[in-house]
Amino acid sequence: MNETLVFAVISLSAIGVISAIILYFVAQKFKVIEDPRIDIVAELLPGANCGGCGLAGCRAFAEELVKTADLSALNCPVGGSDTMKQVAAALGLEAEEKDPMIAVVRCNGSRTNAPQKVKYDSAASCAFAHSLSAGESGCPNGCLGLGDCVVSCKFDAIYIDQETGLPVVSNEKCVACGACVSACPRHIIELRLKGKKDRRIFVSCVNVEKGGPARKNCSVACIGCGKCVKECPYEAITLKNNLAYIDYSKCRLCRKCEPVCPTGAIQELNFPVRKEKPGQPEVVSDAAKE
Amino acid sequence: MKTFKLGGVHPEENKLSAGAVVETLPLPEKVCIPVSQSLGAPSKVVVEKGELVKTGQLIAKGESFISSNVHASVSGKVVKIDEVIDASGYRRQAVFIDVIGDEWVENIDRTPALVSEITATKDDIVKKINEMGIVGLGGATFPSHIKLMVPEGKKAQYLLINGVECEPYLTSDHRLMLERGNEMLVGIKILMKGLDVTKAYIGIERNKPDAIDHLRNLCKDFQGIEVVELKVKYPQGGEKQLIKAVTGREVPSGKLPIEVGCVVNNVGTALAVYEVVQKNKPLIDRIVTVTGKSLQKPSNLLVRIGTPISSLIDFAGGLPENTGKVINGGPMMGKALTSLEVPVVKGTSGILIMSEQESVRVPVSNCIRCARCISVCPMGLEPVLLAQLAENQGFEQAEKEHIMDCIECGSCHFTCPAGRPLLDYLRLGKNKVGFIIRTRGK
Repeated sequence: MNETLVFAVISLSAIGVISAIILYFVAQKFKVIEDPRIDIVAELLPGANCGGCGLAGCRAFAEELVKTADLSALNCPVGGSDTMKQVAAALGLEAEEKDPMIAVVRCNGSRTNAPQKVKYDSAASCAFAHSLSAGESGCPNGCLGLGDCVVSCKFDAIYIDQETGLPVVSNEKCVACGACVSACPRHIIELRLKGKKDRRIFVSCVNVEKGGPARKNCSVACIGCGKCVKECPYEAITLKNNLAYIDYSKCRLCRKCEPVCPTGAIQELNFPVRKEKPGQPEVVSDAAKE
Repeated sequence: MKTFKLGGVHPEENKLSAGAVVETLPLPEKVCIPVSQSLGAPSKVVVEKGELVKTGQLIAKGESFISSNVHASVSGKVVKIDEVIDASGYRRQAVFIDVIGDEWVENIDRTPALVSEITATKDDIVKKINEMGIVGLGGATFPSHIKLMVPEGKKAQYLLINGVECEPYLTSDHRLMLERGNEMLVGIKILMKGLDVTKAYIGIERNKPDAIDHLRNLCKDFQGIEVVELKVKYPQGGEKQLIKAVTGREVPSGKLPIEVGCVVNNVGTALAVYEVVQKNKPLIDRIVTVTGKSLQKPSNLLVRIGTPISSLIDFAGGLPENTGKVINGGPMMGKALTSLEVPVVKGTSGILIMSEQESVRVPVSNCIRCARCISVCPMGLEPVLLAQLAENQGFEQAEKEHIMDCIECGSCHFTCPAGRPLLDYLRLGKNKVGFIIRTRGK
């Protein structure tokens, strides 16, 4: 009885020792040498795995960060400049200050501005509706309101306003990862500078039709009249394919273009209410206009 | 009775206008002719604003391989070259003509006399079909001359003529076979000469016994043409299904019918070929079925290309008050129109009006895994799987599951007891996968 016990203990211990030796050599042979900094950097990243940086996830981004010597081309939109500063400090590099961005919905074709002409009753997918028809309002470029952007957002930062039928981006939650930009089949959503105090001014239309047909479907369509182009003192506005576009890198938020737009296609967000005399936007009152 | 083996459904036939003789729609006041009327790149406009055109004059020239010429369908003055809303609601370039009189280009033979002697050579036939803008009139609008140019190393053995008309409601092909059978048979002879084949089959479903008898009688004078009676089953009018039903051959996945020695053309195309080769008349009109249970007078109309659809509906008794949808095409594959001012194009085979009650979709519920969609799929696909993949953006997997073989017949959607919009998702998936395949090489 005792003998059996002793044999069992000895043979099992021997197997254990031999396996350990084999495993030791195998581990030596197939050792993966990984930069220890990858773990450190990955720890600093938000871990959202949203793909906003252009890479497969946070780990892939960390690997890329460790390899590079210049951080200017890489940016984590979720963490913003704070995260990038920490990463730069951990890697001993210089972080470039990047202005925060936000997704902007460039369509104001709400149910009142662009009334429904036909009814769409197929699958609730913008991509599908886009491939099938011009949409309920008839505008071939406008928002279809079926929420592909909402589905694509991992941060719960965008929702469809039931009253207007248009997507609304949350100032606080949006991290500018760009998922909605690529989800929108009509390229309506654009990443723009978040702006000081969330103030933004942009042409809220992407319709490239001529003025007449565009206005037929939507009262706030850009008709490509070019008045804003003439008004802009900083040459920030360009006109292409019957559509004005405000370059956010040149725009200084002077608000001169907004009042001259005959259709109201230019939208401003979070600016103080205008005083009687336009042209003095710096008189700040905190009643933010949505 | 011959038919294809795999899948298929039998929707209610509702051929309301089967007895209605083809009527010629009076000339409209204005027409608007889209310049892109075939698969492939849009054609280039060759007329100018203010120019006077005659019926049959070339107004847009196809420049790429798969695009076709477009001709003026009326005589009159070109008032503008602008964009028009097409059936999907998007804008396409079009030529607008105000009708003045009805003056035709001189060399068009407008007499109804049958010209049965074929003098044109094989090359002449292909050239003429190309120049005169003939496209497949079954609905896909594939330029017909390309079908006649058999690639090297391949040999066409049979010409199949599609007189199946398996879509419910539509009767334009049925009426065409009854009323213009002789002309159509000459057209088939011309196509046979163009393809260098000695045998042609006309596939007709047995729900059109009058057409079968009529053509069988006429065929006695035409050697090599045979009428094949087919069982009634949707989608027998699909190219691959028709080949399987008539010859028993199966077209391999992703290949064209010529792979198995067959070329398929619609009966409407055969008639158009006759008119082009024997009468010099370009493709400027076609027979359109205007139908619907609520419509006062379901009709078959001979319509000039470019006529607004609203005038067809007015001719058939006007738009009923309780209309829910106006569908371009048949109930299975057609798409709802977004505007009634859309012009008739070469691919318009029917206008179907559905009342509000008829056009309501079945409420969508969860898939119950009954696999009925799989058993009815005529291509042997798994629609439930493909729809899921398309919905969840698994496009690469969808490609491996042969989503591109889907012929969009809608049998899966039709049969689904849970009312799931399978065809919608399959179309979405095909669209995306097609885009991925096209951009892959670049």
